[in-house]
Amino acid sequence: MAAELHVELVAADRSVWSGEATLVIARTTSGDIGVMPGHQPLLGVLESGPVTIRTSEGGTIVAAVHGGFISFADDKLSLLAEVCELADEIDARRAERALERAKTDSDAAAERRAEVRLRAVAVR
Amino acid sequence: MGAQLRVYKRRIKSVTATKKITKAMEMIAASRVVKAQRKVQASTPYATELTRAVTAVATGANDKHPLTTEAENPSRAAVLLLSSDRGLAGAFNSNAIKAAEQLIAKLEGEGRAVDIYVVGRRGVAHFNFRERRLSDTWTGFTDEPTYADAKKIAAPLIEAIEKETAEGGVDELHIVYTEFVSMMTQTAVEARLLPLSLDEVAKEAGEPDTLRPLYDFEPSAEDVLDALLPRYVESRIYNALLQSAASKHAATRRAMKSATDNAGDLINNLSRLANAARQAEITQEISEIVGGTAALADATAGSDK
Repeated sequence: MAAELHVELVAADRSVWSGEATLVIARTTSGDIGVMPGHQPLLGVLESGPVTIRTSEGGTIVAAVHGGFISFADDKLSLLAEVCELADEIDARRAERALERAKTDSDAAAERRAEVRLRAVAVR
Repeated sequence: MGAQLRVYKRRIKSVTATKKITKAMEMIAASRVVKAQRKVQASTPYATELTRAVTAVATGANDKHPLTTEAENPSRAAVLLLSSDRGLAGAFNSNAIKAAEQLIAKLEGEGRAVDIYVVGRRGVAHFNFRERRLSDTWTGFTDEPTYADAKKIAAPLIEAIEKETAEGGVDELHIVYTEFVSMMTQTAVEARLLPLSLDEVAKEAGEPDTLRPLYDFEPSAEDVLDALLPRYVESRIYNALLQSAASKHAATRRAMKSATDNAGDLINNLSRLANAARQAEITQEISEIVGGTAALADATAGSDK
């Protein structure tokens, strides 16, 4: 059995996902970073974007995080985000509509949120 | 029916109506406490992880950050008071306001100017009535606060603390809120949010003297701290808002329960009085009848002679 790392994916008002994983890929402000078991302790600022978690059972979980942090120590990894959704929870059509609406209203924040959601769905 | 009896009956009816209302309010508050408590619990993982991260960076990075270093001569402080929009919660609001007033008096005694920020209509009304200047107020969401509300509150506070004191910024940020200890106990507490005292943060994280790993910071320790501290303040305010909401509902429940109990006692007393009045009335009627017959009997006996 390969080494595992424990992942906690938490949003400000709930715990989104937690479990064992073999690889976590996230985008920090200085570029994409992949964390595997035994990685050196790390604390980074996340960009808005999709986070990919490869679980020990061989499945893949994709989540959209809207800013936040990644912290890793002792094979425990936490992903903190103010807003965070699993790709499965995202309604792609709704996100597309939200994107169009945001573009016509020129609401930059809403546009970015919708784009992040769509990117996460695309990765799935 | 005698006048006395009618008055009692009317009062019993009105107290019964009041009792029904307070009973309903008690039950609504009870269900809201549970909901609010659940929200406090749901927000705990984020708060713990964030606290752990803050401790890690702040101990790992040796540089001075405006949000972690204490000013040598703090001359201005901000106090954030969390009260509720609605009353009928016993001493909930007055306790929180009293705690805030004490803190303000203490800070002013130490020679600091105090900027007051208030959440909740009750607190705002208290300070407006006394014609005190409030730096900012927020109302309308104290029953069910969301994270967006906490962000809205935190934004001007963080801005104020990052500004130089000479330009109207503040050196310290205190928060006064009501801690939810249990269903029966809620206490008004004050805490200093900023500058951070690392010992307290570590205590909160529940790992006081353990060795912390040497983190690799991405992109750099300062940048991480810059991004992390505002989030930490927001999360602390969010937690305080949720606890305040849970405490308010618990206090309402208790106040309404004692109101219901009092109404019950009142109804009991009034029914006793009403019964006594009814019996007195009957006794009087009987003695009137008896007296009447006796007088009649006397009169007929006299006419026979």
